[in-house]
Amino acid sequence: MTEIFGVPIQALFGQLMLGLVNGSFYAVLSLGLAVIFGMLNIINFAHGALYMAGAMLTWVGLEYLGIGYWWMLLLGPICVGLIGIAIERLMLQWLYKLDHLYGLLLTFGLALMIEGLFRDLYGVAGQPYSIPEELSGAFNLGFMFLPKYRAWVIVASLTVCLFTWYVIEKTRLGAYLRAATENPKLTQAFGINVPLMVMLTYGFGVALAGFAGVLAAPATQISPLMGSNLIIVVFAVVVIGGMGSILGSVLTGLGLGIIEGMIKVFWPEASATVVFMIMAVVLMFRPAGLFGREK
Amino acid sequence: MNRRVTVAYLIGLGLLLIAPTFLYPILVMKVLCFALFACAFNLLLGYTGLLSFGHAVFLGSAAYVTGHALKVWELPTLLGLLAGTGAATLLGWAIGSLAIRRQGIYFAMVTLALAQMVFFFFLQAPFTGGEDGLQGVPRGTLFGLDLAEDINLYYLVVAIFAGSFWLIQRAIHSPFGQILKAIRENEPRAISLGYDVAKYKLLAFVLSAGLAGLAGATKTLVFKFATLSDAHWHTSGEVVLMTLLGGMGTVFGPVVGATVIVTLQNELADKVGSLVTVIMGAIFVICVLAFRRGIVGESLALYKRMIGQKL
Repeated sequence: MTEIFGVPIQALFGQLMLGLVNGSFYAVLSLGLAVIFGMLNIINFAHGALYMAGAMLTWVGLEYLGIGYWWMLLLGPICVGLIGIAIERLMLQWLYKLDHLYGLLLTFGLALMIEGLFRDLYGVAGQPYSIPEELSGAFNLGFMFLPKYRAWVIVASLTVCLFTWYVIEKTRLGAYLRAATENPKLTQAFGINVPLMVMLTYGFGVALAGFAGVLAAPATQISPLMGSNLIIVVFAVVVIGGMGSILGSVLTGLGLGIIEGMIKVFWPEASATVVFMIMAVVLMFRPAGLFGREK
Repeated sequence: MNRRVTVAYLIGLGLLLIAPTFLYPILVMKVLCFALFACAFNLLLGYTGLLSFGHAVFLGSAAYVTGHALKVWELPTLLGLLAGTGAATLLGWAIGSLAIRRQGIYFAMVTLALAQMVFFFFLQAPFTGGEDGLQGVPRGTLFGLDLAEDINLYYLVVAIFAGSFWLIQRAIHSPFGQILKAIRENEPRAISLGYDVAKYKLLAFVLSAGLAGLAGATKTLVFKFATLSDAHWHTSGEVVLMTLLGGMGTVFGPVVGATVIVTLQNELADKVGSLVTVIMGAIFVICVLAFRRGIVGESLALYKRMIGQKL
């Protein structure tokens, strides 16, 4: 068997794919954070909890209601998005005039509540979720076997990221959004319903987290704790990339996923901390982040 | 300290001295450790305007270092406490000098991420005992007093708390503290007045980390163990909650907040199980939405209104 640096090429590419899968989750989650931050100036700490909610709902849907994966891929993000809209209307909207830190604190409290609720209902043990039939099995690429589900996660995540980019950068709705981000008062004066756009933005941002959660359901163990560990890494990703550009956050997410996957092969002990170490280095040399603009 | 604060401080100290006659000393010591932790945190959030979301890591690292120093190196108790505090101070300097490169929300995310990195280090490092934690730490003796007796340790803990609290008050009311407040209120103006803002922020961060470390070191002495949960982000969240609930930027707020939260957790732990997290989250949400000045802040505001009406 071919080897690179003493590692079988099969294992190397396997880890590379796994890294890309993780990177796709980082990309979708940090994209959601960036979209919300751009509009609301709030870092959504509940993002990880809502990602977990997406995965848990997928499992609950199959376990209790008999709703399959494909329907949940549609329903999951909608449910999570509706939860987000409720959060925005009931709580977040009262905080816009205050220091941005209050938004972080509020969503942190919400994250604790959501996580605690699911933990109380379903315990901390991981739940398995089987891969849908159409996506089980693997492609034989000659030099490696590529599990279909992993390929699907990467393709689906990138499609959603691309779609988000297109909507925000190339459509009329996106132009309104960007205008409202730049100058909400003036945009409102032109007759655009800015509060509605803010609400929809938050709903859409957390729906992205829900979507990532549904995608993650068959790929990982579904547990109420899956969100909080991930979100801290995603925060580091956001600090590294900066939240200035959409494509920037997607690229940073993917890149860090790949680096993490490679480190897992060559230096397994460091795989849990490598993203944080990169963040420390970036802070030393480029404090605003790779794609960031200092406000 | 102004006269009212001094009077309140002395009354509080008097109460603490007689508290063991009617309260369980271990619980009071736990409250004092977390109160010191929250006061140290308040120095940063309340007076400098920096929200650190990774403060548990200073509590945790000091807890581990003190535990290791007392158990494995068999150092005297006082040196053990110093070692823990020193380690947290150094770590505070390392994390602080990275984190102050960003502001506001990013500062919170950076501290959280760096703290998580250290948490993983503790999880893997052999000396921490991983998931089991560091157990059976001896309390040792101090000036010939056997600290294994809860009551002896109690007065040591009270002394540590009272001393640190006084130190924090001195810091806040010194010219240094005034500059910190200036940074909180208007950073660009503080810069234009010629202050080296980064230096002051770092100093505040290191001081806060060191005192949080002292709280962690003392905590190890009280419970005779150090665990991963001391360094977990949940604990970082808890100290934010204590400060917020008590009243950030107030002198006694963190003490009140820590007392309420620790007592609440103590009471609820065996009654509602994992719903404790939900209740903590709900308190967070309520505080942010309706109660932003915290218990002490709101009471003071109420008091001032009443005085004002009379005049």
